[in-house]
Amino acid sequence: MFEDLRDLYNATILERGRRPRHMRRLDDFDATAKGDNPMCGDRVQVWLKYAGDGSIAATGFDARGCEISKAAADLMVEAVAGRSADDTKALFAAFRTLAQTGSCPDHAAALAPMAPLAAVHEYPSRIKCATLPWHALIAALDGKGVSSSE
Amino acid sequence: MNAPLDLTSIRAQFPILAQKIRGKDLVFLDSAASAQKPRAVIDAMVGAMESQYANIHRGLHWMSERTTDAYEATRDSAARLLNAADRHEIVFVRNSTEGINLVAHSYGRGVLRPGQAVVISEMEHHSNIVPWQMLRDDHGTELRVAPITDTGELDMAAYEALFADGKVGLVAITHMSNVLGSYTPAERIIRIAHDHGAKVLLDGSQAVVHRRIDVQALDADFYVFTGHKLYGPTGIGVLYGKRELLEAMPPWMGGGDMISSVTYERSTWAQVPHKFEAGTPAILEGIGLNAAIKWVEAIGYDAIAAHEAALTDHGLARLSAIEGLTVIGRAQDRGGVISFTLDRAHAHDIATLLDRAGIAVRAGHHCAEPLMRRLGLESTARASFGIYTTTAEIDFLAETLTKVREFFR
Ligand SMILES: Cc1ncc(COP(=O)(O)O)c(C=O)c1O
Repeated sequence: MFEDLRDLYNATILERGRRPRHMRRLDDFDATAKGDNPMCGDRVQVWLKYAGDGSIAATGFDARGCEISKAAADLMVEAVAGRSADDTKALFAAFRTLAQTGSCPDHAAALAPMAPLAAVHEYPSRIKCATLPWHALIAALDGKGVSSSE
Repeated sequence: MNAPLDLTSIRAQFPILAQKIRGKDLVFLDSAASAQKPRAVIDAMVGAMESQYANIHRGLHWMSERTTDAYEATRDSAARLLNAADRHEIVFVRNSTEGINLVAHSYGRGVLRPGQAVVISEMEHHSNIVPWQMLRDDHGTELRVAPITDTGELDMAAYEALFADGKVGLVAITHMSNVLGSYTPAERIIRIAHDHGAKVLLDGSQAVVHRRIDVQALDADFYVFTGHKLYGPTGIGVLYGKRELLEAMPPWMGGGDMISSVTYERSTWAQVPHKFEAGTPAILEGIGLNAAIKWVEAIGYDAIAAHEAALTDHGLARLSAIEGLTVIGRAQDRGGVISFTLDRAHAHDIATLLDRAGIAVRAGHHCAEPLMRRLGLESTARASFGIYTTTAEIDFLAETLTKVREFFR
């Protein structure tokens, strides 16, 4: 009955949603921020450790929410590793396009880790689940403590 | 006993129920968030726009007089629905939220004194929490929270204990939980409060949809409900208040319609309820609400309550039988709202899958975050029933949930 939903709930999303690889709080961190989706109650916190050149050396997160938001957070950690703040923000803009339209051809390579979420654009009420961890990440980069999904 | 509802004929009165969702029949199990509208309501509103519309309370012409009559007839219907003693005790507001805020502003700031306490419960909607927090922060009242038991019922002993120091001036409590479906024992709540000199506001947003309300028998001081859950339009709700209370309260918003006379030095207020109805009201919505009330009255609360009790029993039995499914709240006295969790599946994921099958449920914290915290949950999925809900729809929900569980295994 739900076979057509496998585009969204594909093997990667189900696996990452259930057993995230990077869901841990960093004890030694430079920045942290929380993200809240006041409409549905999803919450995420992101911790960042910077390298000497200011790029992202390590990211950890804690998330309470659906499979989509946890999988998105987990994949995000891999997508932003080693990136500068500007680079990360550009990647978020590209990911938003991916989440809203299903593709973002100019950034396909950088977005490869996030590609399993491409089908979320067909589920408009779920797009904010996928972008919530990114809002928290950007808030941490900007030194703001909190953010909320749009 | 009334005859059972003729569901075929009832459903035929709701044009939206004929809609297909991605080719599937719409199974609308989200009536507690907002109910669908019968033809009678749609026709009343369209009819007013087509043939009988002007601003009210101020025109001297035919259209304005007729529209005023139609709008004011809703006040009579609302008074009858709640069994209010006097039509002047019915104040029109935008929704329950506005009704509660009106009481918090006007009664709260105008009558309650700093240091007095307001009692709410652990199962309130945000709209019956936040206005009292704002009152506390602006006005220096205290906010007390009456606990619930693990079955999801108001803990009456703990409730009564809150009055011991004599500081409680007002109780604001839901008449039926939008998350757990529990009714609260309104008569006892009110009797205890009155014994201690406190007034009571009941949030009837959910209760009025399912049960006959009698504010005089309850001896309620204030009662609010919202039109859109009662098969009526959005943008219109009702605050009932005992006349002597309303008369003692200062107006909340200033503007046209709420005054008796205006000079630059001072203005004087109109009589109740108009003192609380500043500006052009929701005229068409008020007319729609009248149609909704009459429609509900024509079906009758006995038939509605019997139908919904049967649906709820059936729903509880079918859902509880699903492995891994936990029904949240086990109140003895409950209405047609069933919240649940399903194994590890998150409520949003459940809702997305159900949606693909054409089933609309709500998922999340249901505007009751403190209650979720009390229950140790972040979110639940919620199926809620209306007059038009059928046993077959509940069976379909149960069958589909079994498949949802398999999907997420
Ligand atoms: C118990 C309860 N109180 C208050 C409200 C608020 O109703 P409205 O949003 O129409 O003001 C709701 C509806 O969501 C409710 O279920």
